[in-house]
Amino acid sequence: MAELTYRDAVARAIAQEMARDERVVFLGEDVGAPGGVFKATPGLLERFGPERVRDTPISEQAILGAAMGAAMTGLRPIAEVMFADFFAVCWDVVANQIAKARYMTDGQVSLPLVIRAANGGGLRFGAQHSQAVENWAMAVPGLKVVAPATPRDVIGLFAAAVRDPDPVLFFEHKALYPAKAAVPDGEIVDSLGTAEVRRQGDDATILALAAMVPRALAAADRLAEDGIEATVVDVRSLVPLDTRTILREVAHTGRLFTVEENPRLLGWGAEVVSIVAEECFWKLDGPIVRITTPHIPLPAADFLEDQAIPSVDRITDTIRAAMKS
Amino acid sequence: MPPPGLSAQDLYTPVGEVRAPVALDLFRTQVRLRRFEKRAYDLFLQNLVKGTSHLSLGMEAIAAGFAAAMTPEDYTFATYRGHAHTLARGAPMDAVLAELLGRDTGLLHGKGGSMHLTDVEHGMMGSYAIVGAHLTVALGAGWSARYLGRPRVTVVFFGDGATNIGAFHEALNLAATWRLPVVFVCENNQYMEYTPIRAVTAVRRPAADRAPAYGMEPVLIDGNDADAVFLTASHFLGRARAGDGPALIEAYTYRSTGHSRADPAHYKPADEVAAWAKYDPLDLYRRRLLDGGVPAAVLDEIDASARQEVDAATAKAKAAPAPGPDRLLTNLWADGGSSWRN
Ligand SMILES: Cc1ncc(C[n+]2csc(CCOP(=O)(O)OP(=O)(O)O)c2C)c(N)n1
Ligand SMILES: [Mg+2]
Repeated sequence: MAELTYRDAVARAIAQEMARDERVVFLGEDVGAPGGVFKATPGLLERFGPERVRDTPISEQAILGAAMGAAMTGLRPIAEVMFADFFAVCWDVVANQIAKARYMTDGQVSLPLVIRAANGGGLRFGAQHSQAVENWAMAVPGLKVVAPATPRDVIGLFAAAVRDPDPVLFFEHKALYPAKAAVPDGEIVDSLGTAEVRRQGDDATILALAAMVPRALAAADRLAEDGIEATVVDVRSLVPLDTRTILREVAHTGRLFTVEENPRLLGWGAEVVSIVAEECFWKLDGPIVRITTPHIPLPAADFLEDQAIPSVDRITDTIRAAMKS
Repeated sequence: MPPPGLSAQDLYTPVGEVRAPVALDLFRTQVRLRRFEKRAYDLFLQNLVKGTSHLSLGMEAIAAGFAAAMTPEDYTFATYRGHAHTLARGAPMDAVLAELLGRDTGLLHGKGGSMHLTDVEHGMMGSYAIVGAHLTVALGAGWSARYLGRPRVTVVFFGDGATNIGAFHEALNLAATWRLPVVFVCENNQYMEYTPIRAVTAVRRPAADRAPAYGMEPVLIDGNDADAVFLTASHFLGRARAGDGPALIEAYTYRSTGHSRADPAHYKPADEVAAWAKYDPLDLYRRRLLDGGVPAAVLDEIDASARQEVDAATAKAKAAPAPGPDRLLTNLWADGGSSWRN
């Protein structure tokens, strides 16, 4: 057991997989010699050499295209998109090429690859470097979508993603990079498509993802002071989605709250809520409530950004009010 | 005689000589492609090929020349105008035609269609319908070949129009920087869909004039001369295979039909069409072989057997069943299914 930051967990996860399998290669902007703009990948170039750890030009289409071509011809690439916002400049490769190749060729082409990206807000970077865009990926058939909330999950889910035979988009939350937690020594491998119950309660079920998980947990502690005991489910994986755990936990408490960093319209919670409404309606004791960022681009100023992204205060107040009514 | 619109000095002169068996092979491939594409057009008019289809009529020498210069292990990436490249790499004609007709016996069981022909077993790594995208995918195939120590070259074909999209420039820069074994081939048929490439491009030769910006030699060849294509391809594939890096080749040609579907191509000037009709790659090659002493009967026999092959493939495809509904939800994921939840 060692205390590890989420940031350090990224480098350990990549190293774990590269050491295990020679076919795993890693490419991206500033990932090698500089160790990543978020300093999440130091030491990899030195350890694995320049043919396996490659610094690229600022060419997101070429980075992801190269990852795709390498995956279809025998390698297991890890590609980094520096900020998840930059998916917009290479979305063709993600949504038209990578996501569709296996289906269009009816299985002739396999794409075992992982695309890592620093996702989400809270760092006062403004509208083009702060978005939480997991829901963009979730909307495209053929992509698996993962967003870890803890250092341990960074390693376990990343290992599962690299070993998965399908393309996985791995959203690291940039506000979580400094977060520290105890992580077991040795190899860690988790499985995709599994949610984790982080806290158990009988009154309300809160679903959260990535940076919203610690906020949901903090809100649950405050609600407990008012006598409201909440279950907090860390969704972890949007595709595949662990609906079994979600439906079970919603049925148990009869109340559902989602905490989503994405802007309101068609955030990941909208899909989850529609599933609950279809399959678990009669177990509900009250309205479902989605707590999201408003439908706006993220502002830069700390004061404004803090109002935009669901805060512990807003989560607590919203749930408390809903439980009272 | 250079192609219409070019002079001899414009053209890169490949060295070497095409031996008789290769020449016959080049002729045979061009004939097969010609007969196939004509049939695909007829079947489109009969509404048996649905949606869309992009033919390589008039451009067959490029596919034939490159395929003859490639080894079975080499990789091909093509565009939506990919019937010719798929067949030239050895994909079975029955399965290609059935795919165009959306049948269960198709190369992709009807899930890809005319624009996405792929036959990994024959090194045909896909046909891509977003202009320019596959140039970047080809990079990865080149990278993996080198990384895994396989002496394989990746050849990626694209249109003149693709030279103005960002992915083209990203791909050439990265290929050059990493010295990847990738040969980029621009099939300059002088038109995008309906607009001539010269009307929207800053340089006269859309690919060749960009090559020096990426540290590569400008290479413009007569894309209607199968020998020139074959010899140029052999040279640059050999270089790439030896570890001497990528190349960009512009093959000057003309599509003798419309862009897609039943496009009558009224936007093409009549004199231009007439000049190129006299510069048909198959006619040129036939004349060259006859002049070289190959008996007409040999060439006629090749043509007859190509016609038979196309007729047989057509009959088979027409008789084949449509894909069953069970195909709909398969092979999104490697587990064979398409489930996104438990
Ligand atoms: C990114 C993108 N933009 C536009 C199109 C629509 N489109 C399909 S083919 C084509 C013309 C391409 O011309 P060129 O690259 O010269 O290839 P050709 O069709 O002549 O072989 C266009 C504009 C597309 N498929 N992809
Ligand atoms: Mg063109």
